[in-house]
Amino acid sequence: MRRFASFVKKEFIHIFRDRVTMLILFLMPIVMIVLFSYAVTTEVKCIQTAVLDLSGDFATRKIITALENDGYFQITRILHSPNELQTVFNDGKINLAVVFSENFAESLHHGTGASLQLLADGTEANSAAMYVNYAQGVLRGCLFDFNRLDGAAPVINTNVKMLYNPSGKSEYNFVPGVMGLMLLLINAMMTSVSIVREKERGTMEMLLASPLPPFQIILAKLAPYFTVSAAVLAIILLFSRFMLGVPIAGNIFLLLGLCLLYIFVALALGLLISTIVNSQLAAMLVSGMVLMMPTMLLSGLMFPIESMPKILQWLSCIVPARWFIAALKKVMIQGVGFENAITEFAVLGFMAAFYVALSLKKFKIRL
Amino acid sequence: MISAINISKNYGGVRAVDSWSVEVKRGELYGLIGPDGAGKTTFFRLLTTMLLPDGGSATVAGMDIVKDFKKIRRIFGYMPGKFSLYEDLTVEENLRFFAALFETTIEQNIHLVEEIYSQLRRFADRPAGKLSGGMKQKLALCCAMIHSPEVLFLDEPTTGVDVVSRREFWEMLKTLKSKGLTIMVSTPYMDEAQMCDRIALVSGGRFLGVDTPENTVKNFDGKLFSVSADSMKTLTADLKAFPDTITAFSFGDSVHLRIRDNDGSIDHLRQYLSNYKNLVISEIQPAIEDCFMAKI
Repeated sequence: MRRFASFVKKEFIHIFRDRVTMLILFLMPIVMIVLFSYAVTTEVKCIQTAVLDLSGDFATRKIITALENDGYFQITRILHSPNELQTVFNDGKINLAVVFSENFAESLHHGTGASLQLLADGTEANSAAMYVNYAQGVLRGCLFDFNRLDGAAPVINTNVKMLYNPSGKSEYNFVPGVMGLMLLLINAMMTSVSIVREKERGTMEMLLASPLPPFQIILAKLAPYFTVSAAVLAIILLFSRFMLGVPIAGNIFLLLGLCLLYIFVALALGLLISTIVNSQLAAMLVSGMVLMMPTMLLSGLMFPIESMPKILQWLSCIVPARWFIAALKKVMIQGVGFENAITEFAVLGFMAAFYVALSLKKFKIRL
Repeated sequence: MISAINISKNYGGVRAVDSWSVEVKRGELYGLIGPDGAGKTTFFRLLTTMLLPDGGSATVAGMDIVKDFKKIRRIFGYMPGKFSLYEDLTVEENLRFFAALFETTIEQNIHLVEEIYSQLRRFADRPAGKLSGGMKQKLALCCAMIHSPEVLFLDEPTTGVDVVSRREFWEMLKTLKSKGLTIMVSTPYMDEAQMCDRIALVSGGRFLGVDTPENTVKNFDGKLFSVSADSMKTLTADLKAFPDTITAFSFGDSVHLRIRDNDGSIDHLRQYLSNYKNLVISEIQPAIEDCFMAKI
């Protein structure tokens, strides 16, 4: 036991005396979270809008005012002829155009149906869909008001509320995703590099030439990174909660349990990598490239899994981050209990056991 | 204490160690002498249970290197050829770690290496990576000794170390040997062979023979002459072409010539080399290096 303790102590010294390791461990997750949350945001803030009002009555004016007051739209161009539409889109200065047909208010009043056209710049399909959505939201609000003014029963009474993310904030989506990516990459990379470094520097030969059992070498390698990662996790969670305002809706202990389980999976994966490669560079490449690409693409961080081809959906099942992100959204954002995330917990637990068993089997007791 | 019978190890078709048989007695200082690529490191790795042999067998303290590797790993101290301590740990932290690895403490065993460690003590808080070459090797020896091993394997401990530190290092080995330790040491430096009880000459994976340094020199086959003259460039080639020559190789500012022990061959040689000015031919006592060259 004393032997194991001094091995763990040695590992901590390695971590704390190496500035690069410390920087990667503590600074990188925060930089990534900030970058992803603020810069790579999918939220729509300032929709450049053009208006072509062929009617010019009280109803259209009311809708235009409503758009202006909504906060998301910035009406930068007032057009006077349909011919101008093509020009403003070609210039690329406009995201959305709202076109009112003639006699708009009258048609609305008579119930024959007033026509209104929304034109969006489709080169960015996702954003375009969102602009149209926002605009329709404003229109629905106006329609409701018109109905009330007329004293008639409201014809349309749509009330859309986005569940869990009422304001469509992208941080809610990105924080679990980035946590899934960062915790995996950092831990897998750090452990694999630290074991391979011993091989490269020849100190593994000294360790093997001692009576220390292999599982103690492995455990002593995992323990310090597990501890440090727990600290990093605390920083990420506090940062998300208080700087980004992401709510922690669920049970905090369940959340911590989930994250620690995932950290263990990542460490075990790093361990497995270290038993396969022989140089620190190879360890970096494998953990960087081989882990990063699938995690980015197949975990649901960037593209929703449901919309992938079936074969990629199956493939995504072996990506640990997929299960973690899914569980994290449930536990952290939705605030549901353990019974709703039991599959994810089970899969992650199985993965951890599998990787550790495989590394133990592959760990070389000789050179 | 150490016994190897026809042990072999191949690396992708290259015979790194080709059927070596070695017998080392308890308390002996046994030297493996040979150039780079002789197979010394591979042989050490076989005996330290780091590698599995492709043929033959070996025991350390009566324990088989394949079956009993766990037990063997408790009783030997090992200094690999490459500096293999933690460079970011201080001198004392390294020593403490390697003591703990064998479930012992510095305090328990420091008396074994007191003379060596007394030189290191003033650097106790310095990272091992910032020590000089000689100091690194002394620390490595301390770390190999700190669990009080029965056998010490030292793979080229003096390579890359200055002359003074090399001499000190060998003095330390003699001290350790006097305490009853069995030591197997390898070196590419022929002059260090004199310090060993027995030396084995190895080259290119082959085991050339083993004897005491004195007998190795005494059993030199043929006569050895040192030949020098003004134009050294052609001298070696001419000597190699001489009919009675067995070997001729340049050795500093002269050529070491081994010739068959025939009557009058020296007179023939003088005639043969009569073109050379300032020709000096003198019989010399062979050194270990000459024995080595004679055996390859």
